[in-house]
Amino acid sequence: MVSKMNSGQRPGIRRLIFRHFRVLIAFAIMFALMGVTASLNKRFFTPAVITSTSNQSMTLIFAGAAQTSVVITGGIDLSVGSIISMCNSLASALFIEPADGEPVNIANIIFVVVTVLLAGAGAGLINGLIVVYGRLQPIIVTLATSSIFSGIALFLRPRPGGYVPRIYGDILTRRVGQLLPENAFGAEPMGLMAFLENVFDFIPASFIFLLLVLLVVWIPFRRSRLGLWVYAVGSNEGAAYMSGVNVNFAKVSAYVLGGLFAGIGGLFLTAQTLTGDANTGAVFTLQSIAIVVLGGTSLFGGSGGVAGTIAAAIALRFIPNILFFARVNPLQQPLWEGAVILLAVAAGASRIFTVRNRLDTMR
Amino acid sequence: MTSETNTSKGFSIQGWYRNLARDERSVVISYSMIILIIIAGATFITPNFASPNFLTQQLRIASFLGIIAAGQMAVILTGNIDLSIPWTLNLAAVVATSVAAGQNENLAFGVGAAIAIGLIVGLVNGVGVAYLRIPSMVLTLGVNAVLKGITVVYTGSAPQFQQTPEILSKVATEILFGFLPFAVIIWALVSLLQYLVLSRSGLGRKTYAVGNNEIASYLSGVKTPRVLIMVFVLSGVLNALAGLMLAGNAGRSFNEMGDPYLLPAIAAVVVGGTSILGGSGKYVGTIAGVIIIRLLDGALNIVQVSPAAKDVTFGLVILAMLFLYGRAEKVRE
Repeated sequence: MVSKMNSGQRPGIRRLIFRHFRVLIAFAIMFALMGVTASLNKRFFTPAVITSTSNQSMTLIFAGAAQTSVVITGGIDLSVGSIISMCNSLASALFIEPADGEPVNIANIIFVVVTVLLAGAGAGLINGLIVVYGRLQPIIVTLATSSIFSGIALFLRPRPGGYVPRIYGDILTRRVGQLLPENAFGAEPMGLMAFLENVFDFIPASFIFLLLVLLVVWIPFRRSRLGLWVYAVGSNEGAAYMSGVNVNFAKVSAYVLGGLFAGIGGLFLTAQTLTGDANTGAVFTLQSIAIVVLGGTSLFGGSGGVAGTIAAAIALRFIPNILFFARVNPLQQPLWEGAVILLAVAAGASRIFTVRNRLDTMR
Repeated sequence: MTSETNTSKGFSIQGWYRNLARDERSVVISYSMIILIIIAGATFITPNFASPNFLTQQLRIASFLGIIAAGQMAVILTGNIDLSIPWTLNLAAVVATSVAAGQNENLAFGVGAAIAIGLIVGLVNGVGVAYLRIPSMVLTLGVNAVLKGITVVYTGSAPQFQQTPEILSKVATEILFGFLPFAVIIWALVSLLQYLVLSRSGLGRKTYAVGNNEIASYLSGVKTPRVLIMVFVLSGVLNALAGLMLAGNAGRSFNEMGDPYLLPAIAAVVVGGTSILGGSGKYVGTIAGVIIIRLLDGALNIVQVSPAAKDVTFGLVILAMLFLYGRAEKVRE
C-alpha cells in the first residue's frame, strides 16, 4: 500500500524499470550478444575491433534515430535510406580535391558538413510539410519522397566515386588516441597519464561523435517543451490538440529532426566509405524500422526513444560477428540473421502478451 | 448512393462527378490519368506511344505487377501491409524452376510447389497478424528477411536449375492473335476473381469492414482473424503466381528478382485510390493504378531520361495523385 502511494509521487525503482521495460530489454539483448561475441572472439577487447564495431554500427544508429523521431509521432519514414544516400552523394559532390601539394581545405569541409546537415533537415521538412499540411498518410508520402530523394542522389552521383578528404574520414572513424597530437600525455607517460593514454586509445572517435550528437541534438530536444509535444501528439493527437499543443508544429519538427539524423548518418557513411554512392543508403530504411521496434519504441507512437534504438542497432551489428565466429556456413548467414530479427521484432512488437483485453490489440 | 439525384434535370458531367462517392471519384481520376498519359506520350514523345503494339506490350508487362498489386490491395484494405512480396515471389520462382528442371511435363509440380510456398508464407503472415497481433509492417519485414535467407541457402548450397520450362516462358511472353498477351488473360482472371471476392462476396464485405473498424467488426460477429489470414494467404499465393510469371518472362529465376516490385505494387494500389489506412478503395482503381505505373515507366524508358529524372518523376506523380484524392478530411478526433 505504501509503495503504491509512493510510486504515484516519485518514480521508485520498480516504476522506472516498468516504465522503461522494453528499452531495458533492448540493452539486455545488446549486452548478452556483446558477451557472446566477446567469448567467441578472443581479440574483441582490442582497440581495433571495438572501433570497427562502433564504426559499423554508427550509420544504422543514426538511421534508427531518424526513424525513431518520426515513429514517436505515430508516423513512419520510408525515406530515411534515400536521405542518407542523398546526403552521401551531396557530400561527395561538394568536397573539393586540393591541387597537388596544397593543404586540405578546412573551410570546404565545414561548408560541406553544414550544407549536408541542412539538406537532410530540409528533406525532413519537406516530408513533414506534405504529411501535415497535405493531410496525407506518412507511409505513402515518404514512399513517394524517397523516390524523389534517391533521384536527387543519382543526379548528384550517377556513378559511385568522388573525392572525400582523408582527414575528414579519419576524424570520424579512427580512435581518439590516434587523433590526439603525439606525446599528448608526455614523451614517456607514467601513472595517470599512461592510464589516460591507454583509455583514449580504446575510445572510438565515432562513439564520441555519437555522444556529441546526442548531447547537442537529442537530449535538448527530449527535454524541451517541443519534445514533450511530440510525445503527446504520438500518444493521443486529439487530446494533445485539446491541451493546447501545436500539433502541426510538433509533427513537422519531428520530421525535420528525423531528416537531420538521417543527414548525420549520411555524413558518417561518407566518412566511413570515403566515397559517394547513390545506392548505399537504401538498406537502412527497413533496418531502421526493425531496430526502432526492437529498441522498444511503439509503432503506434507516443513512447520509446533513441536510447533503445541505439542498443538495438549495436545488438544487430553483433549478429553477423557471432555467426562468423561460430563458424556458421556463410551461406546460412542471411537466414540466421533474418530469423533472429524476425523473432526479436515479433516478440517486441506483439501485443498479445501485454494487454488484458483482446479488444485492446485491435485498432 | 450516387447519381439518382440529378437524373431528373438531364445529364451534366459536373453534376455526375459531384455526386460520386470518394472512392468512385478516384477511379474516374485514375482512368482519366491513363488517357492523359497516352495522349501526352503520343503527342510529346512518339506517335508510337498510342499504337496498339506498344500498348499491348505495356499491358503484358503490367500484368506481372497487376497480379502482385491485386494481393497487396486486399491486404491494404484491411489496414495492413505486406512487405514480404519480394522474397516470397523470389523463393517461389526459384523453387518452381528447379523442381520443373526445364521440363514441360514437370511444370505442374513446379507450379504446385510455388503455390504451396505462397500459401505457407501467407499463413505465417496471417497468423502472426491475426493471433499474435504483430504489426504487419514489422512481421512481413521479418518474414521477408527469413525468406531471403532460405532462398540464399536453397540456391547456394547446390546449383539449382534456373531455366524455366518452355510452356512457362510462353505463358509469360506469348501474344495470342497478335493482340492478346497470355499474361494479360491470367491477370484478367485474377482480377475477375478479386473483383468478385471484394465486391460480391461476404469475405469481401468483411475485408472492408475489418479495414474500417476492426473492433466493431469483431463485436458484430465477424471472425476477424479468419479475414486477416485469408487476405494474407491471397497475397502470398498471388505473389507466388507473379514469381512464376516473372521467371517465365525472364526465361529463368534469379536472386533479387522480386526487389523492384515491392514499392511499385504499394504505389499502384494507392494511386488506384485505395486508402492506405484500409477500408476503402475499388479494385478497378487498382487496375488503373498498375497501368499508370507501367505507362509512366514505359514513357520514361522511351525518352531515355536518366534514372535520376525517372525516380524524381515517379515520386512527383505519386504525390500529385495523392493530392488529388488521398487527402484526409480536415477534422480532429
